Amino acid sequence: MSESIHIHPGSTAHDAVHDDHHHGHHEQSFISKYIFSQDHKTIGKQFLITGIIWAIIGGLFSVLFRLQLGYPDQSFPILETFFGHWAEGGTIKPEFYYALVTMHGTVLVFFVLTAGLSGTFANLLIPLQVGARDMASPFMNMLSYWFFFMASIVMIASLFIHTGPASGGWTVYPPLSALGQASEGSKLGMDLWIVAMALFVVSSLLGGLNYIATILNMRTKGMSMTRLPLTIWALFFTAVLGVLSFPVLFSGLLLLLFDRNLGTSFYLSDIVVGTDILPNEGGSAILFQHLFWFLGHPEVYIILLPAMGMVSEILSVNARKPIFGYMAMLGSLFAIAILAFLVWAHHMFVTGLNPFLGSVFVLLTLLIAVPSAIKVFNWLTTLWRGNIRLFPSTLFAIGFVSLFISGGLTGIFLGNSTIDIHLHDTMFVVAHFHIVMGVASMFGMFAGVYHWFPKMFGRYLNSTLGYIHFWVTMIGSYLIFWPMHYEGLAGMPRRYLDKSIWKSFNQFGDLDKMITVVSIIVFAVQLMFVFNFFYSIFKGRKVTTTNPWGANTLEWTTPINPGHGNWTGEIPEVHRWAYDYGKDGREFIPQTEPVGANESKH
Amino acid sequence: MEIVSDQQRKRIHPHKFTLWVAIASILMMFAGLTSAFIVKSNLTGWKDIDMPKVFWYSTAVILVSSVTVQAALRSFRQREMRQYRSLIGVTLVLGILFVILQWFGFKSLWDQNVKFTGSAGAGQFLYVIFGLHAIHVIGGIITLLVMFLKAFFGKVKLYSSVPVEVLATYWHFVDILWIYLLLFFIVIG
Repeated sequence: MSESIHIHPGSTAHDAVHDDHHHGHHEQSFISKYIFSQDHKTIGKQFLITGIIWAIIGGLFSVLFRLQLGYPDQSFPILETFFGHWAEGGTIKPEFYYALVTMHGTVLVFFVLTAGLSGTFANLLIPLQVGARDMASPFMNMLSYWFFFMASIVMIASLFIHTGPASGGWTVYPPLSALGQASEGSKLGMDLWIVAMALFVVSSLLGGLNYIATILNMRTKGMSMTRLPLTIWALFFTAVLGVLSFPVLFSGLLLLLFDRNLGTSFYLSDIVVGTDILPNEGGSAILFQHLFWFLGHPEVYIILLPAMGMVSEILSVNARKPIFGYMAMLGSLFAIAILAFLVWAHHMFVTGLNPFLGSVFVLLTLLIAVPSAIKVFNWLTTLWRGNIRLFPSTLFAIGFVSLFISGGLTGIFLGNSTIDIHLHDTMFVVAHFHIVMGVASMFGMFAGVYHWFPKMFGRYLNSTLGYIHFWVTMIGSYLIFWPMHYEGLAGMPRRYLDKSIWKSFNQFGDLDKMITVVSIIVFAVQLMFVFNFFYSIFKGRKVTTTNPWGANTLEWTTPINPGHGNWTGEIPEVHRWAYDYGKDGREFIPQTEPVGANESKH
Repeated sequence: MEIVSDQQRKRIHPHKFTLWVAIASILMMFAGLTSAFIVKSNLTGWKDIDMPKVFWYSTAVILVSSVTVQAALRSFRQREMRQYRSLIGVTLVLGILFVILQWFGFKSLWDQNVKFTGSAGAGQFLYVIFGLHAIHVIGGIITLLVMFLKAFFGKVKLYSSVPVEVLATYWHFVDILWIYLLLFFIVIG
């Protein structure tokens, strides 16, 4: 196999000499190696670190508004320190509470769990696990990160303007979001939100195109589609979902931008603001919801699928057993990807949707339980009677399965249009999507970071801190979100800053205090993880073997600190699937090993 | 870093494949807008429009440009570089002409008092959808310009036909997309 690739001569020597730290002068300048890098591994790290910064910002927002929710009648000087005139006297103003909730949602959904999760691991793992030197178009890949960076800058900027950031919820429903006179957050902050999201869409399209093309066209010899690790399959479906649904969000936001700035009536009709009668006629606010949720629903799978893929891989490696039901896993990923496009209207059951249409969407929504249950079954059977190594990565992967089960079950409640009449817009919804989508995907991401950190930086994360991180986060997540189910069933609305005028909700006062206290603790533990992350990049225990976890996939056949081009010699050839663990008396058989004459079939 | 290996040559070139996925993505954007059009056209306050004649001229122009870009690809493959250069040039001019004609189309519609403000109608959608299409054509024009300049002043001789093929495919795509959008507005609008 002859490769017409030019590996920088310095890059291999670099690995041997500079194991500990990546400074120094080589062929590549600092800028082309670390900043405007076209190396997929560096771009992955850029996504990860930017995502971590965003996660701290978005998480901090939630802790700060949780303070107010848990202790509605107290004032916290720290809030005024942070937010100035938005929290005068140490209590958050209602308008600013909406801004915080909006930013918390936007940041976590898009900037952390979309860009930070699939941006990181698609970039890092796709070329390494399919056996390619880099992405199909490294340049586009670099652009993808820098568009994300620009989106981040614009979104950050919106936090510092006088009228504050967008505050209509992360779903930015018009007419609230379309009319500047409707609220402070619908002024400049909303325009910046739209611009940032447009840049974000461009970033994820550039990334997604590359991921798909790389997986389908750049696999090494012998790497047939059914020999791909499940991580790659999951990232593939994620990219397909993104490429087909983000453009529709773009369309919706474009029309919103026209309505806001040019006076068109795509979403606006018969509106009176104060004494002002607006000339808009014939617009439909529901239209925006259709366009938004056509992206919005696939988006939750864009967030969840990469976590599912990584969990499958990590569970199999650390249970020292082949993944149970590889083809069923693949088929259920495919089914989820298809169904993701057919269920968006279940976010709109109470918008006056035709009940017959609603019943179709109920059926399609509940169908998702089938592939989800298949996946859960297969994860559990993969663990069953395995020689489980309880690394932090394994624990987070098991935690993911736990959260996916408990969060998924409440999805069956919400997916029924009749029960949804009672439950919609209550804390029950908040509990559901935080557990199944937010925290579960975070757990998948943590599992991935603990598992692939040695590949990223040539060092290990500290395990003791990892175990503390896991247990506090696991217990804390349930303590925070489980009680919200009870609040929601009792009818407590979401999005309300102060519920004290309802006597019936006063019974939850102590519960809300408990949730706030636990969320502060959990946030502190995340900061400890961030410390572990950055400390271990420079001072962590060094990796001394190319394959520290005894895994089969191709990324562990590269040098400990691979240069741009990944493999120093030829790209290895693949002879088997990725899950030959505990076979014929051997603990693991890498994908690169030819199938022996007497080998049993899996 | 250019990455091509022997065994990958049997498959479709990654850049071409990327283009096809991008085309699917662009189609989804226009599908979003045209389905919004259908939903909206059933609501009260909808106003229809008379399609300005200019759009027929622009249709003719973009159809011809599709032929010239295909001919350019053919002459590139046959290494007829002089012919290739002039055909790319002609396509470039036709592309610019198309965008100018679209501008006149918008202007004549604007003069018919179809404006942004006020109640909803096919006109507002037309500005958005045709405008977005024109932006995609402009993207193609920029690529054409780069190829054109490379063909004249490029120091490196190009032998791979992949960039030209990618360009030609994209150009045919914006052509077909335009025909679809025009028919959509005539039949549904």
